Amino acid sequence: MSETIVAPPRRIFHAQDVTKVYQMGEVRVPALRGATMELFCGELVVLLGPSGSGKSTLLNILGGLDVPTSGTVMFQDQELTTCNDTQLTRFRREHVGFVFQFYNLIPSLTAQENVALVTEIATDPMEPADALGLVQLSDRRDHFPSQMSGGEQQRVAIARAIAKRPEVLLCDEPTGALDAGTGVIVLEVLERINRELGTTTAVITHNAMIAEMADRVISLSDGRISDVRRNEVKRQASEIAW
Amino acid sequence: MLAINRKLLRNIRSMKGQTLAIALVIACGVAMAVMSLSTLQSLDATRAAYYDRYQFAHVFAGFKRGPRRLESRVEQIPGVARVATRIVENVNLIVPGLREPAVGRLISIPDYGPPKLNQLYLRRGRMPEPGRLEVLVGESFADAHGFRPGDSVHAILNGRLRELKMVGVVLSPEYIVEMNAADLLPDFRRFGLFWVPQTQLEAAFDMEGACNDISLTLMRGANEADVIRQLDDLLAAWGGIGSYGRSDQMSHRFITDEITQLRAMGLVTPIIFMSVAAFLLNMVMSRVIAMQREQIAALKAFGYYNSEVAWHYGRFVVIVVAFGVLTGTGFGIWMGHGLTAMYTSFFRFPLFHFEFDLETALLTAAFSVGAALLGTLGSLRSASRLPPAEAMRPAPPGRYTISFLERQGLDRLLPQTWRMILRQIRRRPFKTSFSILGIAAAAGVLVLGNYATDALDFLVDLQFRQAQRQDLWVNLIEPGAINVVHDFRHIDGVRQVEEFRSLPVRLRFGSRSRRLALTGLGPRRQIYRVIDQSGRDQPVSEHGLVLSEKLLELLNAAPGDMVTVEVLEGRRPVTQARIVGAVDDLSGTNAYALLPLVNRIAEEGPLISGVWMSVDHQHLDSVYTALKETPGVAGVSAKDATIQSFMDTVAENQLRMQSFVIGFAIVIAAGVVYNTARITLSERDRELATMRVLGFTRGEVSVVLLGELALLTVVAIPIGLGLGYGMAWLSSLSLQTDLFRIPLVIHHSTYARAAIVVLGSAVISGLLVRRRLDRLDLFAVLKGQE
Repeated sequence: MSETIVAPPRRIFHAQDVTKVYQMGEVRVPALRGATMELFCGELVVLLGPSGSGKSTLLNILGGLDVPTSGTVMFQDQELTTCNDTQLTRFRREHVGFVFQFYNLIPSLTAQENVALVTEIATDPMEPADALGLVQLSDRRDHFPSQMSGGEQQRVAIARAIAKRPEVLLCDEPTGALDAGTGVIVLEVLERINRELGTTTAVITHNAMIAEMADRVISLSDGRISDVRRNEVKRQASEIAW
Repeated sequence: MLAINRKLLRNIRSMKGQTLAIALVIACGVAMAVMSLSTLQSLDATRAAYYDRYQFAHVFAGFKRGPRRLESRVEQIPGVARVATRIVENVNLIVPGLREPAVGRLISIPDYGPPKLNQLYLRRGRMPEPGRLEVLVGESFADAHGFRPGDSVHAILNGRLRELKMVGVVLSPEYIVEMNAADLLPDFRRFGLFWVPQTQLEAAFDMEGACNDISLTLMRGANEADVIRQLDDLLAAWGGIGSYGRSDQMSHRFITDEITQLRAMGLVTPIIFMSVAAFLLNMVMSRVIAMQREQIAALKAFGYYNSEVAWHYGRFVVIVVAFGVLTGTGFGIWMGHGLTAMYTSFFRFPLFHFEFDLETALLTAAFSVGAALLGTLGSLRSASRLPPAEAMRPAPPGRYTISFLERQGLDRLLPQTWRMILRQIRRRPFKTSFSILGIAAAAGVLVLGNYATDALDFLVDLQFRQAQRQDLWVNLIEPGAINVVHDFRHIDGVRQVEEFRSLPVRLRFGSRSRRLALTGLGPRRQIYRVIDQSGRDQPVSEHGLVLSEKLLELLNAAPGDMVTVEVLEGRRPVTQARIVGAVDDLSGTNAYALLPLVNRIAEEGPLISGVWMSVDHQHLDSVYTALKETPGVAGVSAKDATIQSFMDTVAENQLRMQSFVIGFAIVIAAGVVYNTARITLSERDRELATMRVLGFTRGEVSVVLLGELALLTVVAIPIGLGLGYGMAWLSSLSLQTDLFRIPLVIHHSTYARAAIVVLGSAVISGLLVRRRLDRLDLFAVLKGQE
C-alpha cells in the first residue's frame, strides 16, 4: 500500500433526492425528479443538459434562490433546505457569486460601481479595482454598461461575482448571449478565477463543447442526474471553439 | 370580442391599481367641475327666474320721510319702468327664548294684493287679514326659532310694545340671504324680516300717506347710473340717504360673489387634476409601450396598420378616462346635491334644487379625453412608429452619465444605492419634475383648501376680538345728545361705554365718489379700536379724515388731499375735509374722524348715533332688560351671539369642504406616488431582482425603490406649500370685494397638515408597492429579457 494519502476533496455542496415541482395554475410541472449530486472544493464543474432538463432549477436551489419541494441540500455543514428567506439572503450574501446569461448589470452604475455594489455589503471583499483587474477591465472601470460590449459586460458581472471572495461561483449560461469569440474570453476568465483563487465554480450550459474545460461534468435530463463523469483530459478554455 | 380588444381589457386588468389611481384623479377633477358648474347653473338660473317672476327691483333708495305721491314723480324719470313705495323700519324684537335682543325689519305691503315690486312667495300659512296686526315672517328667522304660522313675537313699535302675529312664512327676492346690510355676518336668529300691511305700519309709525323707501325697475337699455343720479336729486329734499343698484344690494351681491367663486372653482381645479392625470397617463402609457415592444412588433408583423396599433393604446387611455369621467360625474352630482343643501341653509328660494347640467358634463368629458390623449400623444406616436424589426430586439440599456456633483467627489459620500437613485432621477428629468409637481399639487390643494378657514379665523379675530371689542352695540333711533352716555353708564353691569356718531355721507374726489358712513369716535378708543391688519392702533384726528386704503384706492386719493363731503341726512350740508391718514384694514370702505369733527361736518351740536359697551357677562340679562326700557334705543346687537351663530352655520359646511379637499389631495398624492413607484418597479425589476440575488435584503433593495420616492416627496412638499401660498394669494385677489379684503393668512398648522397628509399618502402608496417588491419573481426577471 502506498503511504501517500491523497486527502479526499472537501465537499462543499451536497444535494440529496432533490425534487422541485412548479405549480403552474392547475398543472403541476416537475422540474427536478430526485437529483442527488455533490460539489467539491475548488473544482470546476459543468452542468450539462438540454433546455428544460432542470439544470437552472438545480443551480437556483444550490444558490439559495429557491427551495426544493423535497430532499435536502447541504452547504458545508449548513442545511439550506431549512433556511428561511433571511437566512438564504445571508447565505447568498456571504458565500455565493452569481453570473447570469444576460449579465444583469445595473445600468445606472459604472463598471467599478457595479462591483462596489457587492463589496459594500460583503465582509471580506477585495477592492473593486482589483476585481476588475482580474477580468482585465481596469481601463473600463468608469464606463457604464451602455458603453461596453456584451463580453465586457459579462466580465464586469464576473468581477462583481468574485469581488466578495465567494466560496462558490454559480454561472447560468454565461456565454449564452455572446458570440463564440467573446464567449471564449469569458470562459478563460472563469477558468483563471477558478485556478488562481480556488473558487468552486459551477457553469450551466447546453453547449457540450464547454464541458471539455471542466474537472467534472454532471449531465441532466428530464429532471434527473443522468451521468457524472470526470474529464480525463481537461482542455484549456482557449482551445474550445463552437 | 376581437382578440385585440380582449388584450386591451387584460392589459387594463393587469394594471388595475395604476389605472384606478389615474381614473380617480380624473374623477376628482370631473367631480369638481360637475359640482361647481352645475350648481352655478342651477343657482344662476333659479335666481334669474325668481327675480323675473317676483319682480325684483333694479334700484333701491331709502329716505327719511316723503309723500307717497313721490311714486309718480319717480315714474317720470326717463328709463324707469315701475316704481313701488313703502315703509321700512327697524325695530327691537322680544323673542321668546332669546336672551339677546334681536332686530326686526318691518316692511310695508299693500293691504290687498301683491306688492308691485319685490313680491313675496308664501311658503306656509296665509296672507294677513286687514284690520289686525298680522304679519308675514321671513323663512330664515322663522326656521331659526322654529316659528309656525300663528306664533307671535313682540316688538317695540315707535316706543310701544306690540304683538306681531306671524300668520305666514314668506320668501322675498330682495332677501335671498336674510341679512342686515349693516352687519358683517348673517345672523338668522337675531335679524328677522316682517312684512306688514301698509295701514297697520302707517298707524304704528305715524306715517299715514307717507313712505321712506322706494324701489324701481328699469326699462330695457336704461342707464342705471343716470337714474340713480336723478333719483338722488329728487330724494334730497326728503332726506334721501343715497340710492343704489343691484350690485350694491346685499342679498344680490352675496349670491353674485358665490357664483364667481363657483366659476373659479369649476374652471381652475379641474385643470390641476387633469394635468396630473395627463402626466400619469403619459408615464404609464410610455411604460406599457416600452414593455410591449415585442407585442407591438408582432402585431405589425401580422399586418396591423400603424394607426391601428396607436388606436389600440389610445383606447386604453380612453377607457381609463371614461371610467374616471363616469365615476367623477356621479360623484359630482352627489357633491352638487350636498353643496345645494348647504346653500339652502343660507339662500332662500321658492324652489332650489340641484340640476345636473348635461352640457357641462359632456364638455368636461370631452376636455378630459382631450387632455389625456394630448398627454399620451408622444407615447402613442412612438408605438405607431416603432419599426417591427427593431421592436423584436430588446431595448438597449439606458444611458447614464455621472453628474457634475458626483465628479466633485460627492460620490465618495454616497453608497451605490443612492447613486442609482440620483442617476435615475437625472436621467429622467421630465418624469422627475412632473412627479415632483404632481405631489406638490397635492400639498398645494391642501393649503388652498385650508386657507379659507385660516383667513376667516383671522378676520373674525381681527374684526371682533381686536378691533370691535364691544359686547353690545346700541343704536339710537335718531342722533341724540351726548349726555345719554351717562344713562348707559349707570346701567348695572355695564363696564365701559364709548359713544360714536355714524353719519351717512358721499365722499367726492375729482370725478369719483363713494357713499358710506363716516364714523365719529370719542377720545378714548378701548372698546372700538381703529387698527390695521397687524393689529396696531391708528391715530384718528379732529382735523381730518382717516380712510381705509381700499377707499383711497377707489377715490384715487391720497393723504393730504381735500375731499368733498356731502352729508346725506339732516340739513345735508356739503363741505371740504382733508384726508390726514390711511388705515390698512380688511373690511369695508371706512372713514373715521373724532366726534367733534364729524358733528362740525354735519353742522350739528354734540350728537351721537349710539354707543358700544362692554358688559359684565353675569349681568347681561339685566342690561338687556334695561336697554329695552331705555327710550330712543333703536336696536342692540350682541357680538358674541352673532359670531357664534355664524360659525355654527359655517363650521359644518367647512368641515365637509375640508374632507373633500383632503380626499382629493390624497387621491393626487397617492396617484402620483403609487404610479411613479409602480413604473420604477417595472423599469427596474431586473436590477432589483439582481440585487436580491446578489445578497441584498428586501429592506436594502427597497431603498432603491422607495428612496427615489422619498426624495421626490421631500423635495415636492416645500414646493407644494409654496404653490399653495401662491394659489391662496391668487384666490385672495380674486375674492376681494369692497366689503371684505380676504387676508393672506395661512396658519403654520395648515402647512403642517398639508405636509403630513401628503407624506402619509406617499408612505402608504410606497408600502403598497413595496409589497409587490417582496413578491418579485427572481428567476423570471433574471431569465428572460423584458
